[in-house]
Amino acid sequence: MKNNRRSFIKLAGIAAAGLAIAPKAMAAAMGGSAPIKEDPKGITAKQWAMVIDTTRLNTAQGIEKLAKVCHSVHNVPFIEGKQEVKWLWPDIYEHSFTEQENPYLADAVKKRQYALLCNHCQNPPCVRVCPTKATYKRPDGIVDMDYHRCIGCRYCMAGCPYGSRSFNWGEPRDHLDLAALNKEYPTRMRGVVEKCNFCVERLAVGKLPACVEASNGAIHFGDLNDPNSEVRAVLRERFTIRRKPSAGTEPSVYYII
Amino acid sequence: MKMHYGAPIIVGLVIFVGALCAPFVVGMAVTKTYKQPELKMPANEKECVESKEFMREKHMQLLNDWRDWALRDGKRIYTNHAGKEFTISLQNTCMKCHISKADFCDKCHTDAGVSPYCWDCHIQPEGLK
Repeated sequence: MKNNRRSFIKLAGIAAAGLAIAPKAMAAAMGGSAPIKEDPKGITAKQWAMVIDTTRLNTAQGIEKLAKVCHSVHNVPFIEGKQEVKWLWPDIYEHSFTEQENPYLADAVKKRQYALLCNHCQNPPCVRVCPTKATYKRPDGIVDMDYHRCIGCRYCMAGCPYGSRSFNWGEPRDHLDLAALNKEYPTRMRGVVEKCNFCVERLAVGKLPACVEASNGAIHFGDLNDPNSEVRAVLRERFTIRRKPSAGTEPSVYYII
Repeated sequence: MKMHYGAPIIVGLVIFVGALCAPFVVGMAVTKTYKQPELKMPANEKECVESKEFMREKHMQLLNDWRDWALRDGKRIYTNHAGKEFTISLQNTCMKCHISKADFCDKCHTDAGVSPYCWDCHIQPEGLK
């Protein structure tokens, strides 16, 4: 009997170990991965980041021009008033850097308009609150959206401290110039939230984001985790601030003041 | 044995059984006259992403996987069973060969009575009006 109990416990131990390993072994035996790979033309990073030089890009006009480029690339509808949809937009200092206000700000800083967009936070509250995982953080740090999955609950809009998200109250196609659409990119439908996606579709084919390309060097873009990247070089040399640092979201968009 | 209200009951039963079987009879007639929809195949391309049978039965699963791979994993190149590579994109890959939604997608979807919502957001090659 003694021997039997011993062998039973041994067997149980082996079985438990097998159960723990089995799922992984099965996955490995079945090939383990899908028949997909990254486009070799694409550019990748650990955490994409943007540095906006507000000494060079600081007029509503200049920012609107970039917004127009962005919105036409991504088929963003033009709606005036409360139902507006925006990926990139200008605003004043008090609205942009609410925690860093100062009654006697330098005139130059006070007069400037600031280009605002999704901050692609390292700790994004919108991702945490999304009940369907329609919005998620990609391995390259971009906070992206899967519009197929968005149910329009707008938790992410409540969660985002930067107002970077817009809701499609109506059919966005009613407010688009259908003849001038970018046919390489989809539109959205009524009832989903949308926002800047750091041009993932352009990065995937090796192009820089549309606003960066159109900014004549006023916007720097690169990998925050790479000490030799363009953004890190700029951050080392210039004084920069971020929006609402106390929210703890760790924004990836920096502003040179 | 005499049956009370025999005639109306028999007539009623016949009508009932007839009504019960009617859908099958009508269905048989429809099946005989049914013609498979004729799709307009791409002119310059003979091979799709996968085999014809696979695409016919499983294009929805493929599109489902493609969406997650491209959006979430950021992997936008798909290698098919023959080893050929394709860019994962409905608008920029599928619809570059199938140049008409009306002559291709809609034919079977209308026939099968399904209405996928792809085109609520994606732009069909014909453009929007």
